[in-house]
Amino acid sequence: MWSRRQGRLRPTVCGVEELRRRRREREAALRKARREQQLVSKRLLRNDAPEEAGEGCVAAILGETEVQQFLRQAQRGTEEKEREGALVSLRRGLQHPETQQTFIRLEGSMRTLVGLLTSNQALLQLEAARCLHELSHSEQSTVAEACLPATSYLLTYLSSHSSDFIELCLYTLGNLIVESEAVRRQLLPQGIVPALAACIQSPHVAVLEALGYALSQLLQAEEAPEKIIPPASASSSILASTLPQHMLQMLQPGPKLNPGVAVEFAWCLHYIICSQVSNPLLIGHGALSTLGLLLLDLAGAVQKTEDAGLELLACPVLRCLSNLLTEAAVETVGGQMQLRDERVVAALFILLQFFFQKQPSLLPEGLWLLNNLTANSPSFCTSLLSLDLIEPLLQLLPVSNVVSVMVLTVLCNVAEKGPAYCQRLWPGPLLPALLHTLAFSDTEVVGQSLELLHLLFLYQPEAVQVFLQQSGLQALERHQEEAQLQDRVYALQQTALQG
Amino acid sequence: MQLPPALCARLAAGPGAAEPLPVERDPAAGAAPFRFVARPVRFPREHQFFEDGDVQRHLYLQDVIMQVADVPEKPRVPAFACQVAGCCQVFDALDDYEHHYHTLHGNVCSFCKRAFPSGHLLDAHILEWHDSLFQILSERQDMCLVEGCTEKFKTSRDRKDHMVRMHLYPADFRFDKPKKSRSPASAEAPGDSGERSEGEAMEICSEPVAASPAPAGERRIYRHRIPSTICFGQGAARGFKSNKKKTKQC
Repeated sequence: MWSRRQGRLRPTVCGVEELRRRRREREAALRKARREQQLVSKRLLRNDAPEEAGEGCVAAILGETEVQQFLRQAQRGTEEKEREGALVSLRRGLQHPETQQTFIRLEGSMRTLVGLLTSNQALLQLEAARCLHELSHSEQSTVAEACLPATSYLLTYLSSHSSDFIELCLYTLGNLIVESEAVRRQLLPQGIVPALAACIQSPHVAVLEALGYALSQLLQAEEAPEKIIPPASASSSILASTLPQHMLQMLQPGPKLNPGVAVEFAWCLHYIICSQVSNPLLIGHGALSTLGLLLLDLAGAVQKTEDAGLELLACPVLRCLSNLLTEAAVETVGGQMQLRDERVVAALFILLQFFFQKQPSLLPEGLWLLNNLTANSPSFCTSLLSLDLIEPLLQLLPVSNVVSVMVLTVLCNVAEKGPAYCQRLWPGPLLPALLHTLAFSDTEVVGQSLELLHLLFLYQPEAVQVFLQQSGLQALERHQEEAQLQDRVYALQQTALQG
Repeated sequence: MQLPPALCARLAAGPGAAEPLPVERDPAAGAAPFRFVARPVRFPREHQFFEDGDVQRHLYLQDVIMQVADVPEKPRVPAFACQVAGCCQVFDALDDYEHHYHTLHGNVCSFCKRAFPSGHLLDAHILEWHDSLFQILSERQDMCLVEGCTEKFKTSRDRKDHMVRMHLYPADFRFDKPKKSRSPASAEAPGDSGERSEGEAMEICSEPVAASPAPAGERRIYRHRIPSTICFGQGAARGFKSNKKKTKQC
């Protein structure tokens, strides 16, 4: 059930090293894009015949005459198979950017394609939609924007009955949505939000996954927090529609949970929540408890299977929970809306271990949730102590500076609650760990260590002696020139010497 | 990272919250120069904190070119014909038939046999074209075809203008067929009764139309386009045109 759909990267002649290199390149490109706030990715559906893939080569680029010919054949051919075949050939050619350019420059080509899309011949419709899909996937804006005349029909067909067709329309729409604000400015008044809301009731898993994808693209848009998400934006509003409740339903653990679908809707939810438009509304719909239960489910799944891919779902779930926990509504609303279940902490640590082994870059996100859980909750802090989770937490210190700071912050959350808590922190591995982090060069790590030491000395004075015995003062001295640390170093030195 | 063995057991056990240890803060805890305050943190969308997770998400999006093996080969069956009266389309795969059926015979108006891509458009059509009560009662009859929009208009032209201006629909949207004639002068009375009896006849007999041929000389309010689009071939019109009542089987 949790198996991940494997992508096939062509050509297959590539060695593993080459694939790795390409992945690193793509990753670097994505990072750069994100820093420039230009993170855009499209999805491509392509069901090519095995023979074609086996050859290792793709169909040839089509010239203007050939494109015209295929279009004419598709439109006016006598035999249905002939018409379909013409469109298939066109579609294969459209895999090439050059053919795409030729196509859009040809007068009347899109009009013909739209005509075929809206014809009453099912197979022609499907092939025409596939051609559109190839075009929508293009990185060139001119090509994708050339698909605009077709959008009203794509939206109309979301209420049709063929699940394959709907799926294709959704992925095409998703690709177009992400293309530019200009495209979205057309799609929103055309009623894309109500169309998606109607479509979400489909029983087909493939349709739901495609819908989640399209929706996530819409929600990721830069103008989404102002123009698409808020209830006040009338008919194009996500929050005013029935979509949020349905999204949460897709995330409920149980036999009906489909990982591919859940991933998409979890990301949708993340984009909504981190826009901070109307989170109390979502909390009112039970988002906290649904996501909490899903977290438990994920932890259970992680223990059972070696399959990587769970982190794709874990990441947005962690983000949603963490951000939701900052809402004031969490405190004031009735008990059932809040997150109190201790199992959440257990689940989180199981996931942290999973990240540690498989995806260390996600450790900060997990620790972020831990911080938000423990900051204002004596109960969760107590759980950390009673479930013996302090030592595992300390084991994360060497991972990175960011992780160290967060681990120390969580420990401060526990320590600041008073003597009853600090008594359980010492004696134990904490002090040696702190002496170790004091040796770090990173100012923030050291700063956080100083804060923790301060709390420890305050609530558990016996620790001071041991600190001194283990060359604590020398560890402190190392930082007494550092501007950001000086005052605190000095204060601690005084405490240690007086104590 | 070693987890305590009892942790998995805790996860598997029932829900519950730990009884919190007593909280007792000393004001010296927050005294300068120390500045730690326990607080939940929120990150907005574009925060750099999300970079790693976002990059992974996009790698996943880009990665999926659906593997052929994942998509089951369409099961082929011995050729069979569509069972709907007057339709002579033949298929050798159930998926193709399903698509055909839903496209052409799915949302079909039982009055005029016109097929629509969605239930929403069919409902709009019936209200506008065949619901006499609706026509009498409402001055504004043509409703906006965009799902979620509740605007109504007196004429199809007004409706079209609205859809083009407000919803940025193409002016030649294929599923928006304006009525040809609506003037009371054209024999509405005979047309009316004709339509009603026609309608009834159509609703009652779900059987092929041979059972109820169009009465000769009857005038209909609404003109239908000919030819029949069922038998595909050259000259098949695009779009969803209604079919002349079928008086013969293909």
